[in-house]
Amino acid sequence: MVERKKAISKEQIESIAWLARIEISKKELELFSRQLNDILFYFSKIDEVNTKSIPPSYHVLDLVNVLRKDEVKPSLSEDISQIAPQTKGKFVKAPRMA
Amino acid sequence: MPSYIKLPAYEIIKRIKAQELMAEDYIASLYERIKKVEKDIRAYITLTEDLALKKAREIDKKVKKREKTGRLCGVGIAIKDNICTRGIRTTCASHMLENFVPPYDATVISRIKDEDGVIMGKANMDEFAMGSSTEFSYFGPTHNPWDLERVPGGSSGGSAAAVASGMATLALGSDTGGSIRCPASFCSVVGLKPTYGLVSRFGLIAYANSLEQIGPITKDVRDCALLLSCIASHDPLDNTSVDRPQEDYTKYLIDDIDGMKLGVVKEFFGEGTQDYVEKGVLEAVTNLEELGTDHQEISLKNLQYALPSYYIIAMSEASSNLARYDGLRYGYRIPNKSYDWSTVYSKDRRFGFGFEVKRRIILGTFALSAGYYEEYYLKAQKIRTLIKRDFDIAFKKFDVLIGPTMPILPFKIGEKVQDPLEMYMCDVDSVPANLAGIPSISIPCGFSKGLPIGLQIMAPPFREDLLLRVAFSFQKNFPVSAKLRSYE
Repeated sequence: MVERKKAISKEQIESIAWLARIEISKKELELFSRQLNDILFYFSKIDEVNTKSIPPSYHVLDLVNVLRKDEVKPSLSEDISQIAPQTKGKFVKAPRMA
Repeated sequence: MPSYIKLPAYEIIKRIKAQELMAEDYIASLYERIKKVEKDIRAYITLTEDLALKKAREIDKKVKKREKTGRLCGVGIAIKDNICTRGIRTTCASHMLENFVPPYDATVISRIKDEDGVIMGKANMDEFAMGSSTEFSYFGPTHNPWDLERVPGGSSGGSAAAVASGMATLALGSDTGGSIRCPASFCSVVGLKPTYGLVSRFGLIAYANSLEQIGPITKDVRDCALLLSCIASHDPLDNTSVDRPQEDYTKYLIDDIDGMKLGVVKEFFGEGTQDYVEKGVLEAVTNLEELGTDHQEISLKNLQYALPSYYIIAMSEASSNLARYDGLRYGYRIPNKSYDWSTVYSKDRRFGFGFEVKRRIILGTFALSAGYYEEYYLKAQKIRTLIKRDFDIAFKKFDVLIGPTMPILPFKIGEKVQDPLEMYMCDVDSVPANLAGIPSISIPCGFSKGLPIGLQIMAPPFREDLLLRVAFSFQKNFPVSAKLRSYE
């Protein structure tokens, strides 16, 4: 059986996962490498279509620049900082910068 | 068991308004039902019994005092757990949002409250609505009420299973690539994905914005029209909400489709479609012909590219939407405090998200990255244009298009969960409607080997009236009857 060309290498998956800020384990990398290549191979079916002069449809409605009046409205009444997992007083606690 | 658990919403509402039935007794009986069957079906992530009974008592008081009551007067509704409910935790079936309690209501929830609907609880789903079987839930799978060893479909599997098993009278789901219609088909209930822009998405936890809509999952077509009438209206809080006059969709429940033209979509009977399903759907086509419709086969050539295009677009949008889960402002945060920002962020997401969500975010990030953007994302959006054009042409010739909702019967739990691509293939007939933004309904059309088959009907944008009319006529003249064992 001819080994088909890999659409995405393990190194690429690691670098993409880092871009997406998802730490992945060695086991996940092995699993994803196989699965993502299968999926991308299936996606390559769209290469058959000639789309040279076709405009993209980013969404299906004709709405353009929907704006509302710049008016002050009441904000949420609750102290929403309290839904953060780590807080100090009224503040959300963030990790240190690198 | 009181017989009104089996009744559709409009019957319940009529009885409550006429003071023949106390909302409190009826809601209590739904929870009795939940106590009996939920351990086998697992349709809910969170139950809100105390709140629901309190609301029911308020409604009983209003009725007694002859005050004005809403159109959903006292009826029990299950809400998919990706729709924000103020003060009730909304998990998206994810570890990431396991303890998230929204400080606001989604617009559809405000509408339901205004209409005196009673929220029963939050329904199980695939994590972040990514899946077709409800197996990708952090809280474990929901079981199909028709066969507990099988999946209820997904991603709104909990909503559909709750309605099918009498644990809710109505439900809300969301549909990004079939997530309302697939479980409706697998559980033998009615599910409608509205036209993109008809129902507000404000407060729906985003997966793929340009594709998804909230919609009703109900026991029959009349209930579907009723719930749609309550939730469909313009919302300034959603910039993609279309400003149209509000409609009462129940007026389209007309048992007359004489002379209507139906297009039977050839691509929906392709490779991978089970014979049982094909047979069931073609029988329904013959039934519709008996009601005076004309049908012809039609081929929409670009539909063969719908599935890969859909997944590329949905994953790309997901990678962008789910970037907000940093574990800082809300959501899952690792306990260790010594790491730097990026490490915390990437560990929160490693442990907060399940496999399927991570797969989609990584693939979406890849499809949007420099060097691949044109090959994947842009190309898929161009094919979306071609698919939309195919539908435009088809609707010049036909009033509605029909086919199966799902190419296969409900499958066994665990059967496809190891193979993501095989799971994606289940969505082949449902994703075209999302790509084109058109409305689509799934209604029960029969059983094969004791398992439900769903008929899918699609119409041009904002022609929900046509869907409801065809669906209503079909259901009225050819009701699908089967006994749910766990009912008796």
